[in-house]
Amino acid sequence: MIHIKRLQEDGADVIAIIGEIDASSSIELDLAIAKSVGEGYEKILVDCSALEYISSAGLGVFMSYIDEFKDKKIAMVLFGMSDKVANTFQILGLDELLHIAKDKLEAKAMINELQI
Amino acid sequence: MRAKAMIRLLFMMGAITWLGLVFTDIVVLLSTKISMEPDIPVWLPKLLLNLFILSLFYYYKFKIEHDEVLNFVDLLWRVFATGLIATVISLALRLVSYLLGNTKLANDVVYIDLIYLINIGLMISFLLMAFTAWKRLILYQKSKWLLRFWAFFEYGLLISLLYNSFNFPRIEGLYIALLVTFLLTGLVLSGNMKWVAYLNFRQKWTGLLLLLLTIFYLLYGFYTSSSYASIISAASPYFADYRDHVFILSLISFVTIYSVFSFLVILFNLPTTSVFEQKLEEVVNFQRISQSIQTEQSEESVYNILLETSVSSVFADAAWLEITSSEKKLYTYNITEKEAADIIEHLNKHQVRGILDQGSDKTRNLSRYLSTLKNSRFRSILAFPIYVKNENIGILALLKELPEGFNREMTKIVSTFSNQAGISIENFRLMEEALQNERYKEELKIAKNVQKSLLPEILEKSEAFEIAAFSESADEVGGDYYDTLRISPEQVALIIADVSGKGTTAAFHMSQMKGIFHSLAQDCIEPAEFLVRANQALVNCLERGSFISAIIFLVNTATRTIRYARGGHCPVLYYHATTDQVAYFKDKGVALGMIRSQAYRNFARTSEFSFSPGDVMVLYTDGITEAKNGKGEEFGYDRLATILAESKHLSAREIQDRIISTLYSFSESESLDDDYTTMVVKFN
Repeated sequence: MIHIKRLQEDGADVIAIIGEIDASSSIELDLAIAKSVGEGYEKILVDCSALEYISSAGLGVFMSYIDEFKDKKIAMVLFGMSDKVANTFQILGLDELLHIAKDKLEAKAMINELQI
Repeated sequence: MRAKAMIRLLFMMGAITWLGLVFTDIVVLLSTKISMEPDIPVWLPKLLLNLFILSLFYYYKFKIEHDEVLNFVDLLWRVFATGLIATVISLALRLVSYLLGNTKLANDVVYIDLIYLINIGLMISFLLMAFTAWKRLILYQKSKWLLRFWAFFEYGLLISLLYNSFNFPRIEGLYIALLVTFLLTGLVLSGNMKWVAYLNFRQKWTGLLLLLLTIFYLLYGFYTSSSYASIISAASPYFADYRDHVFILSLISFVTIYSVFSFLVILFNLPTTSVFEQKLEEVVNFQRISQSIQTEQSEESVYNILLETSVSSVFADAAWLEITSSEKKLYTYNITEKEAADIIEHLNKHQVRGILDQGSDKTRNLSRYLSTLKNSRFRSILAFPIYVKNENIGILALLKELPEGFNREMTKIVSTFSNQAGISIENFRLMEEALQNERYKEELKIAKNVQKSLLPEILEKSEAFEIAAFSESADEVGGDYYDTLRISPEQVALIIADVSGKGTTAAFHMSQMKGIFHSLAQDCIEPAEFLVRANQALVNCLERGSFISAIIFLVNTATRTIRYARGGHCPVLYYHATTDQVAYFKDKGVALGMIRSQAYRNFARTSEFSFSPGDVMVLYTDGITEAKNGKGEEFGYDRLATILAESKHLSAREIQDRIISTLYSFSESESLDDDYTTMVVKFN
């Protein structure tokens, strides 16, 4: 089961993922990010502090936006990952392609830096 | 054959007994005429007459009662035909008597007796034929009580033959009682007229005609026989007189009563026949709709049947069926699409809610709105929504040129039809879905077989190392891949890969990976270069969001070194025999397909290490580390490392078996929810 919340903070769209992302729930994550992009946000923060597990399909969702964000100059920072979730990102090498911060504060600092 | 022989035998018996009857009756008559005591007993003709009746009775019983082919009109026709033959012969005899005029022969009592006996024979034959036919009609829809009542009537009649067989003294009271009993029983039995309802209009007219003629023959036969009998009785009291014969009299009355009843019932049923026929047609139509759900038929045929049956059931002048789901379609009957569109537009313009709009859930009779539409021949309209799984998929509209042309009955019928059509279509769709699922399952099976065949059956061997590999996929097709390839006498390439996602596409990507491995590894290229080229090759075929994690190894047995590159695959678990330590390699790398440009080159790195005897390398897919037990705990990296630390001294095969058995006992279930793949390399 997955629950996705969106709220806006300092001009950034904060997407909070609560629960597990597997093949079926990855579609919801994809929809949430697509919606955020569609609404024209240039700063997207993904709150992973309540993310318990992410499957390769879920990682594929983040992966699929890398090129699009580069073209549209959208900055996305993920933060608050548990060690286990962070490990899955690392194994696939996604930590080298995505911006991952420790907490929200660091994430906000990172995203402002990226915007400049 | 036996029945046929029986029928022939009974006919012969009938003929013989009749000849005997003629002979004995004339002898008795002659003897009494010249006031002499006859040489034969006077009751013999009566006995022979009854034997004749009995023979004919069973003759018709065998011939008519069990003939399944005969329908109602056929039965009536048989009776009529028998009556016709009897009457024609009797009339012919009458003509002969007329031609003879007042000659001596014509007035001779023996001659009259002969004519009388011929007439009696014919009449009895006709009566028994009718009796057997009426029996079938009466017992068409039988109940237990009806069967018993009939048996009483039939056997009672047969027993009464005994009464007339011998010269029993005639008891007036008993005689009357018997006659009245049989008359009443026959009257009650004549109330069974259910068969009439099953005749159609044409059959009823035929039946009426046949019955009318049958009644005429009965009356004629009765009149002729009784007139002859009275002439003979004047000359002699001893002859086969039927007038005091209980059986014959009861038979005559019963056959006549039933004929008259049938005639009247058919006559009065004539005006309602069309209603009954229509009801029958409705049932048939209803069945057609229900049965239209068959494999070779389509939704379209259900729609056509619905249109056709609805029109014929309510005698509509025109109709259309508008399907609004998935693809819009208009089926019309006797109306052009333009006309239908005009009416739809007209009703929409007048904001007639609830007839042709999707929200309508009720049948509506909206004829009054039609009257305002000029240039239209229709004055009545009735519309029905068609529902499939609570979703309105279309509207059936029926039209009539008469104003107020639809009654409530019609509304009910068509509403039932449209409901049934909805169910049929729903069933049809369910069946199609089931078929689709079946096909999908079959495809998965094929994909699974393909995937299995992609994994190598024999792995490379060398004096420097031994390899054991295992792969098991979940119910769905997985995308785990491992392989080995000897490049040169001292070099062997190894690969383990995991395609993201499952199903047929995963199997396809896996086969692509195999192709890439076998073509690129051949050239002994650097592992990092292998990943770059593999990424380049895969970028164009992997769909958005899917990727392949892999590690490629190049084992050199001459230098005892391994060069490898990790493309986002699970880190290598390694046992160093020299330091006696188990550890995961910590190196960076990005999965294939993650970066869809040349930039991938920046993330592909080749690492190198040398191996010593006793070293063990464990490769695996994330299905192993992410396997969960009942509590939701993951198998994890630590457990895997512990197994290796405990089994480091075993052979590659044994280490692998240890990993798998520990994994299965951990997950506590027989069913897999992911693919498990391991490849264990032990160096010597």
